[in-house]
Amino acid sequence: MSKTHQQTARAASASSDRRAAARALAVVHWIVRLRMLVVLTLLVVAVTILTDGDFAGPKNLINVARQISFEALIAFGMTLVIVTGGIDLSVGSLVALTGVVAAVVMQATLDWAAPACILAGLLTGCGVGALSGTISGSVITRFSIPPFIVTLAAMLIARGFAFIACSGQTVYELPPGLIVLGRGFVLEGVLGKVLPVPVLIMLLGFVCFQILLSRTIFGRGVIAVGSNEEAARLAGIRVARTRLIVYVLTGALCGIVGVMQDAKLMAGDPKVGEMWELNVIAAVVVGGTSLFGGRGTIWGTLIGALIIGVLNNSLNLLHVEHFWQKVVLGLVILLAALLDAALRRLGRQ
Amino acid sequence: MSAAPPRLRCDRVRKAFPGVLALDDVSLEVAPAAIHAIVGENGAGKSTLVKILSGAVVADAGAIEIDGRPANITDARSAQHHGIAIVYQDFTLAPDLCVSENIFLGRWPRTRRTGWVDFTSLHREASNLLAALGIELPVRRSVSALAVAQQQMVEIAKALSLDARILILDEPSAVLTPHELQALFTLVRDLKQRGVSVIYISHRLDEIFDIADTVTVLRDGRHISTRPIQGVSRSRLITDMVGRELKDEFPSRLCPIGDVVLQIENLSAKRRFANVSFEVRAGEVFALTGLVGSGRTSIAKTAFGAVRATGGTVAVCDRIGPFAKPYQAIAAGMAMLPEDRKQEGLLLERTLRENVTLAHRKAAAVAGFLHIGRERSLARNLMADLKIKAVSTESLVATLSGGNQQKVLLARWMSLPHRAIFFDEPTRGVDVGAKYEIHTLINRLAGQGVAVVMISSELPEVIGMADRIGVMHQGRLTGILDNRRRQVTQEQIMRLASGEEARP
Repeated sequence: MSKTHQQTARAASASSDRRAAARALAVVHWIVRLRMLVVLTLLVVAVTILTDGDFAGPKNLINVARQISFEALIAFGMTLVIVTGGIDLSVGSLVALTGVVAAVVMQATLDWAAPACILAGLLTGCGVGALSGTISGSVITRFSIPPFIVTLAAMLIARGFAFIACSGQTVYELPPGLIVLGRGFVLEGVLGKVLPVPVLIMLLGFVCFQILLSRTIFGRGVIAVGSNEEAARLAGIRVARTRLIVYVLTGALCGIVGVMQDAKLMAGDPKVGEMWELNVIAAVVVGGTSLFGGRGTIWGTLIGALIIGVLNNSLNLLHVEHFWQKVVLGLVILLAALLDAALRRLGRQ
Repeated sequence: MSAAPPRLRCDRVRKAFPGVLALDDVSLEVAPAAIHAIVGENGAGKSTLVKILSGAVVADAGAIEIDGRPANITDARSAQHHGIAIVYQDFTLAPDLCVSENIFLGRWPRTRRTGWVDFTSLHREASNLLAALGIELPVRRSVSALAVAQQQMVEIAKALSLDARILILDEPSAVLTPHELQALFTLVRDLKQRGVSVIYISHRLDEIFDIADTVTVLRDGRHISTRPIQGVSRSRLITDMVGRELKDEFPSRLCPIGDVVLQIENLSAKRRFANVSFEVRAGEVFALTGLVGSGRTSIAKTAFGAVRATGGTVAVCDRIGPFAKPYQAIAAGMAMLPEDRKQEGLLLERTLRENVTLAHRKAAAVAGFLHIGRERSLARNLMADLKIKAVSTESLVATLSGGNQQKVLLARWMSLPHRAIFFDEPTRGVDVGAKYEIHTLINRLAGQGVAVVMISSELPEVIGMADRIGVMHQGRLTGILDNRRRQVTQEQIMRLASGEEARP
């Protein structure tokens, strides 16, 4: 009888051990999942202390949010592209091209009612962006050329067309109401200067893409194509179509951002968007998306964009010399990648 | 004077992997200048033994002696140092380098003045070595331009360039035509004359009787027997390998066979197979067998739309193909479990839940939006139904065992209404218990009126499971055997598979 008792006791203690282990595992699991949020929080705390609280002032925070909203919006599309195992280097040039084409269209329709004129600009911008994405995506899928090469070519071509579309001249005649899209605030009369319009657009984009990637049949296909293309094909996923669509979506996002950029500058400038592709990719990667494809989240990308935005802003606040800012930014991206790799290894064990 | 010590002596070698005892105190002696065959079913421990001898894995216990001296093999380099050379089933050549560069990979001669690679002496040494081995190969040709059999010769030359005393050939015949195989045998006999001991791993008994002096049988990680090849009967070897009567090994199936569901007519795919016709009825299990490379897998892939058909038709009930893309085949009611689970089936770094619902994501969705709760309960039900052993529906598939991974793939197709399913090597690399469960699931599908096509190289499995057996030889279907009474013999199949006999 005592033997039975011992066995029961041993079983009980074993099961409580197992429960404790499971709890510890769950904690580790969450730390791993939220690793970039942890990095962001640490960064914000450090910067707030270093700037004697200047960073955490409401005006500055709103400023940071507005600064990141342009590139973050594109980064959501880029996340899908990278999750399929691709890359899109043409986004910066596409912002310029779509911005200029939209500006030309708005200039031509200035005598329409302002909303109609702006809508025409937006639709053209998105259309041009989506068309460019369609061409890149089709070449990539139809001829199996690496996305890096195809979008590198698209980057040069789009930049060239940006200058051609406006004959190299910045377009200044835009509908006055347009400025709201770049510098306005949502319900400014009621709320005051709290929520910039670009931030609202970015947040809407965030919600849409978050749902698209994690909660739709299409998003699951994107993940499957990136994790194992052959398996995805044999499971009945239309691989080529899936890969095409992510480039189209990213192009369309560039169109929206192109018009927002017109609004911010109140000009269609073919020189905007230089190096954006790298900032956007950095935000995606810092956000924990694997460049090998198959793994990534939209909210991670938002946090990645915030980390980079906070860094840029705080380096300015701290009066760090411009050249040094680049060095620091580079180091932080490297650190984030190292931390990501280390935590992921921990998560696997 | 005492007898010479054996070239290789393994003494109670043991190796456990998580969940399996891959080698259980295996002892073995290989004589100098002998051809020693090691046979056994999949999972018998052949490849683990090879890995230990090559230093790819280290034994948990036991001792290895070479020519009477203890050999401590810890990595590939020390295996080389002890004179062990291995030619794997999957070649390890650099395709864009030339023959000489591959043979002396990592040991290229340098010129004294500049330290650059001395190609003149590299090619000279390679030519000398090949001449000594009696192999004719263009040394300057890049390996990718060679035929598979020639690539194998390069592998052998590479292995022997280090004065190997023991050459291990791991399933060398899998990629060879009968003619090429004879050339390999000539080389192997020649090596034996020079005093090299050859360990020949295979599961094809014909070859063993052709080439080996001695044969060792492994089963379930244990040494079963070692005998000189003279005086061993084929049936004796099979009994040793299988270890039990075949009757008990497979679950029985008692379901009526209905109308024709899958009809394949004159199907061809360029350079893979030609004019293959067969039909499979509801509730029937049709096996496709033949040597590796005979076109079995290509037929499945072509019928499923993953390989382009160059002629013929595929019909599933009233849906007529050939289908250009897998999603079209799936829409017609077809499913396929690919041969290579990891490369073609699973999303290894994703969860069990995402993997089982991949082919029928719509079942867990409303208007294109996934309902994760519903998806999770779907996955939970499938887990319970198929007895998949995993911590939860959120476990990464990479962490599951081979048998459970195969069940995840099965689960992917289980809850969809299918008319025809292709299983490509459904039990490869799966342990005995899980094998039985997978066979039971195949029977269950047949019982639901699905037409099952099972591709397998394991003849016992083919004979134990199939109602009819289609045998392939070099891209042609050489015969279909009626196996409703489970009375087809391995010899009957092998005659058709080797092309000795063809039956319309």
